[in-house]
Amino acid sequence: MGMPPTPYTPDPRRSQAWIPFNTRSEQPIVTGTSVLALTYKDGIMLAGDNLASYGSLACSAPRLSVTIPSYTIFGASGNMSDFQYLQHDLDNLIIQEEVTAQDGHQLGPKQIHKYLSQVFYARRSKMDSLWKSVLGGGFKDGKRFLLFVDLLSVTYTVLTLATCYGVYIAQPLLRKAFEGSEVRKIKEDWLHVLFYRDPRSTNQYQITTISAAGPTISPSLKLETEWSFAESIRGYGPQTQ
Amino acid sequence: MSLCMLGPTRQCVLGRAASSNTVQFYLANTIMFRNTYDSDNTVFSPQGRLHQVEYALEAVKQGSAAVGLRSKTHAVLLALKRSTGELASYQQKMIRIDDHVGIAIAGLTSDARVLSNFMRQQAMSSRMVFNRPIPVNRLVSTIADKAQVNTQEYGRRPYGVGFLVIGQDHTGPHLYEFSPSGTSFEYYAISIGARSQSAKTYLEKHYEEFAESSLEDLIRHGLHALRETLQQDKELTINNTSIGILGPKGEHEKGVTSEGSFRILEGEPIDVYLKTMEPKVTAESASAPAPSSGDEDVQMAE
Repeated sequence: MGMPPTPYTPDPRRSQAWIPFNTRSEQPIVTGTSVLALTYKDGIMLAGDNLASYGSLACSAPRLSVTIPSYTIFGASGNMSDFQYLQHDLDNLIIQEEVTAQDGHQLGPKQIHKYLSQVFYARRSKMDSLWKSVLGGGFKDGKRFLLFVDLLSVTYTVLTLATCYGVYIAQPLLRKAFEGSEVRKIKEDWLHVLFYRDPRSTNQYQITTISAAGPTISPSLKLETEWSFAESIRGYGPQTQ
Repeated sequence: MSLCMLGPTRQCVLGRAASSNTVQFYLANTIMFRNTYDSDNTVFSPQGRLHQVEYALEAVKQGSAAVGLRSKTHAVLLALKRSTGELASYQQKMIRIDDHVGIAIAGLTSDARVLSNFMRQQAMSSRMVFNRPIPVNRLVSTIADKAQVNTQEYGRRPYGVGFLVIGQDHTGPHLYEFSPSGTSFEYYAISIGARSQSAKTYLEKHYEEFAESSLEDLIRHGLHALRETLQQDKELTINNTSIGILGPKGEHEKGVTSEGSFRILEGEPIDVYLKTMEPKVTAESASAPAPSSGDEDVQMAE
C-alpha cells in the first residue's frame, strides 16, 4: 500500500552472540569450585575458597553465607549468580518468617533444607536449574544437621560432604580423617590439597561454623603454600623435555 | 432493625413519601421490615455497624454448640451433633485438618467445608515446602484474613460459620476461636453456637482448674459445659456428642500416636466419658439462665 520496501538490516538479536533473556540462566557462567563440610562434636563446619571464575578470569567473591537470625549456614559451588539469588531469596524468606510474623516460630536447618529442595526442584522442572550444589548445616534445639541439595534437587544428609573437584579429591580424605580431632586443621589440609590440584581454585578461603553458641564466619584467610616441588614437575618447571 | 437506627435519612425518606399514598405504604413497609443499611456489607450504618457481618455472627449462633478447653498438656473440643429427624444421621461437627490441628464448627456446614479445605491445603503446603507442621496461630490467622476480606469487598458475603480450632506445636497446645467477622482469639476455654452463653458461664466458673487438669477431667468439664446448652428435655448421648482430642494418650484411649495426634471420638468410645459426668444441678441453683429459652433463633443484640 505505497510503503517503500524496507532495506534489509540484520537483526542484532539473530547474531550468534545473542542469547534470549529467558535462557541466560540455563547454564553456569561465573562459577565457584569446591566447598567442604563436616559435622564435628559441637556442630557443623564449612570451608570454601573465595574465587569466582569467569572461564579462567578470576575474581574474589565470598561463597559462604549465614542466614539471619541464624540457625543455618550454607555455601555453594557452581553458578555464582544463582548463589547470590539464593542468598537474596533466603533473606526475604527469613524476613517474612522472623520479622513479620514474630510469633516464636523459626525455621531451622531442616526446614531450610526442605525449602531449598523445593526451590531447586521447581527450577529444574522449568528446565532452568539453579546450576549449583549447596552445602549447608545448622544447629537448632540441640541438634546439628548437615544438608546437601544440588541442581537436580537431589537431597541428602551425611556426616561429611564436598562438592565439585572436592568430591574426588577431598571427600575420601574427609571420610578417613573424620575420626580425627582437630577439625579446623583437617579443613585446611584439604583446602591445600585442593588448591594444589584444582586450577579453578585459590589460596584465599573462609571457614564458617555453627554450634549451640551460634554461627561464626571467618574473614578471608590465606593458605601458606609451598611450590618448590613444582620444579620437578614436567611441564611446569624450567625443563624442556 | 428499629426505626431509631435509621438516623437522619429517615426524615428525608418520609418527607418524600408523604406525596403519594402508594409510595407511603411501600416505604412504611420498607421502614418497618427492612434495614436500610444491611443490604450491602461495604456500608456502615450510622451507628458504625456492619449489619451483614452481624447477621453472619447470628448464623454461627444458629448452629449447635461447640465447647473447647485447654490444659497444659491437652486441648479438647466437644460438640453437640444435630440430626434433621429420626431417620437422618447426625451432622458432622468436627474436622481433622492435620495431625496437629482439628476444628469444631458451628453455623453453615457448607462454608465450613470450604474453609476447612483451605486449612488443609495450608497445612499440607507447610509440610511440603518447609517440612514443618504449620504453626497453629498462623493457620488461624490465614482464615481470619480470608474472612475479613468478605466483610469489606463489594459483592461478597461473610462466611456463616464459626470455628473452634485446637492445635499443638512446639509452644504447646492451643485453642482458638475463629469468627466470620475476621477475628481470631486464643482462649483457655470457649464455646460457640446455640445457647453457648450457658456453656461459657460454666467455663468462666471453672476455668482456673483447667490448666492442671488431666485429660479425663478436662473432658468431664467440657461435657458439663456442653450439657448447659441443651434444651430442657434433652441430654448428651453417645449419638449426639463428639469429642476431639489433642495431646498424649488418655486412660481410656487405645492406639494414640506418641505425638498425641488429633483424634475424634464418636459413638461407643465416648460412653466412658459420659459416665463420668455428675448429675445436673437443678434449675433453681444454676447460676445464670440461658439468654433465649426454647427459641433457637437467637435475637440479635440491639
